[in-house]
Amino acid sequence: MFNHKDAPDGTFFNFHKEPPLVAYEFFKLGMWIFLATEVLFFGGLFAAYFIMKFKWPEIFSLGSAQLSIPLGATNTVILLASSFTMALGVDAAQRKDKGRLVTMLALTFLGACGFLVIKYIEWSGKISHGILPGSDVFFSVYYMTTGLHLIHVLIGMYYIGLMFFRALQGRYTDEGSSHAGVEVGGLYWHLVDIIWIFLFPLLYLLGAH
Amino acid sequence: MAHEKTEYRPYLEPKGLYNWFWTVDHKRIGLMYLYSILIFFLLAGLCALGVRAELFYPGEQIVDHHGYNVLFTLHGAMMVFLFIVPGIPATLGNFLLPLMIGAKDVAFPRLNILSFWVYLLGAIVVLGSLVGPPGSSWLDTGWTFYTPYSIDSSTGVIPVTLGAFILGFASILTGMNFIVTIHRMRAPGMTWHRMPLFVWSLYSASLIQVLATPVIAITLLLLIMERVLGIGIFDAGMGGDPVLFENMFWFYSHPVVYIMILPAMGVVAEILPVFARKPIFGYRAIAYSSLAIALVSFFVWGHHLFVSGMSNWSRWIFSLLTFAVAIPTAIKVFNWIGTLYKGSVSFESPMLYACGFIFLFTIAGLTGLPLATLATDVHLHDTYFVVAHFHYTMQGGTVVALVGGLHFWWPKMYGRMFNEKMAQVGFWTLFIGFNATFIPQFIMGYQGMPRRYADYLGEFHDMHFLSSVGAMVNGLAYFIIFGNLIWAVFKGKRAAANPYGSLSLEWQTPSPPPLTNFDEIPTVTDWTYGYGDQQKA
Ligand code: HEM
Ligand SMILES: [Cu+2]
Repeated sequence: MFNHKDAPDGTFFNFHKEPPLVAYEFFKLGMWIFLATEVLFFGGLFAAYFIMKFKWPEIFSLGSAQLSIPLGATNTVILLASSFTMALGVDAAQRKDKGRLVTMLALTFLGACGFLVIKYIEWSGKISHGILPGSDVFFSVYYMTTGLHLIHVLIGMYYIGLMFFRALQGRYTDEGSSHAGVEVGGLYWHLVDIIWIFLFPLLYLLGAH
Repeated sequence: MAHEKTEYRPYLEPKGLYNWFWTVDHKRIGLMYLYSILIFFLLAGLCALGVRAELFYPGEQIVDHHGYNVLFTLHGAMMVFLFIVPGIPATLGNFLLPLMIGAKDVAFPRLNILSFWVYLLGAIVVLGSLVGPPGSSWLDTGWTFYTPYSIDSSTGVIPVTLGAFILGFASILTGMNFIVTIHRMRAPGMTWHRMPLFVWSLYSASLIQVLATPVIAITLLLLIMERVLGIGIFDAGMGGDPVLFENMFWFYSHPVVYIMILPAMGVVAEILPVFARKPIFGYRAIAYSSLAIALVSFFVWGHHLFVSGMSNWSRWIFSLLTFAVAIPTAIKVFNWIGTLYKGSVSFESPMLYACGFIFLFTIAGLTGLPLATLATDVHLHDTYFVVAHFHYTMQGGTVVALVGGLHFWWPKMYGRMFNEKMAQVGFWTLFIGFNATFIPQFIMGYQGMPRRYADYLGEFHDMHFLSSVGAMVNGLAYFIIFGNLIWAVFKGKRAAANPYGSLSLEWQTPSPPPLTNFDEIPTVTDWTYGYGDQQKA
């Protein structure tokens, strides 16, 4: 009898095998489309932000004044730096430089960890003062935007970690291997960074500090 | 390696649930999607029959008022999110796209099966709202989940919206896959202007899928957070804005109607030339009008909010833009009719459906215009007129095209012919039942019968009664139609590879196609509509 294991390559799902050699451009085009969906996803959220801010400018500037600009700015710098190391990692992958790729991925991951630590300090500070989602419209928007951004950071960290171990095995730099995975991961991480670049001024810099 | 002719083995083998569930073959995924959406079509259809049964006579008949709300809510929500949005792209689209452009599969076969699994998960979560006592937990907000009621309602808003949120991922995955496939996987010689129009329509619909779906995702997520954390963004009592929900909801849900209708238009554009034995008329006009519709559809959502509180200027602009959508739509209708003009038309069942589509969809489009007109919409909004309008688009348009497409490609999908007589009986039953259901709704809507009420004044009785009788006939039609198709799978005559003499690529391979579609990737030298040239030769 015909068995699924005899099926032509790529016709049946098989967990243990690398994806069939999908061309590099497929991945990249797919990722760009995915980034477009992300922009619209956050676009909806930003629309909600602007409507609320338009309705309640005072609540927004009062709320914003309670956020710490130094912490927010530090996080901005950290994310920018991790985007930079990620770009260097992509460059290393293109040059098939395994050592540098591994280093860059590790640095990027560290940056993401730093971001999380500061985010934790900020959120726990707010929560201990009883400022929660629903306290007022500003903080509802604050928790929704930074929370969804945080989920994206976590997904990014998962993928960077995965890439790190794959890079250690030489999966991107060995002879005949494809570095499309790193390239795509890089694009995603830049998006996470860019969203934060918008969030920082919109949330932190409104108030009369 | 020299080319060896592989032994022909249809994609339907090997059988067995395991081999289907873990497949990455686009044809199998298309069929699994088809079976799933048809189950929900049946469930949602039964809800509709329940609604119409209640409305045979004024006063309470079979359900109380809450039960009535549940029936129309489940009907709408299942029809929209579980049946018609995946609808044609995930079924016929999955099956046909690679075949039509001469590829072995879609660009990301694994994402394709992932999309199906995610769809199943979403469906289960939606059905999860039915766990619990019907009286207090079955959803009764209407498929639109309008705030503030959806914030206060004790019923299963969270499972249904969460399910719809999950279903959005399935939709995005399909759209993304199709776009990359069309860009990167066309066979040699398959230039953009040689692609079948169904592929163009899938491309346009996919663009909407990837660009609009994220917005409903964030909207539903905010609604869920509203209920879980009380964030207040949609809650006027906390400084939020319930109309913001309506805006965000329709920012997705208007473009989504074009996810439903564009692929249907593509199906019709494939069927017409084959049965008129003529090249399609105005190929480029049809192709580009799909893109135009996709683009403009993002800027008309306001026409659902004309009476929800909106400035006069925005009303005016949204009205104008809505009229603008009618232009590319009309371009298509004219070109289809141009295709029929002086053709040697034969009315086999797929052609009946295609012509039925043109007729019904024209009514749908034309009745959209009084709704887009500010002065008349004040009168017509939230009446049965709107209900009839969108059923002419969605059932008269999308469902008729889906069923017509299933008849057209059934021999390709299963290698079997259905009974043509029965298919014609099915079509006419559907056509008569459908019109009998919804023409009365236009009339009573115009007379002021509001939608979503379990009861009505005596003067509307004749129209409601007629509509309910029509609905029963309409329901019966689907049993005839699908009975015939299912019969064909098991008992139908074996079909030839190309029973209708079509020139399109999917017919140039055996029926049913082998796993890898083509023995050899074909090279394309001409467009797919050269029927006139054949006649001359
Ligand atoms: C010429 C094209 C069209 C025009 C001008 C048009 C116009 C409109 C307008 C103005 C409304 C809002 C009426 C109101 O609520 O007062 C409406 C409702 C609706 N239309 Fe259309 N439409 C068109 C085509 C379509 C198509 C192709 C579909 C679907 C495939 C569709 C589906 C719907 C639905 C689902 C609703 C109402 C949903 C609800 O309130 O529950 N329309 N249309
Ligand atoms: Cu609309």
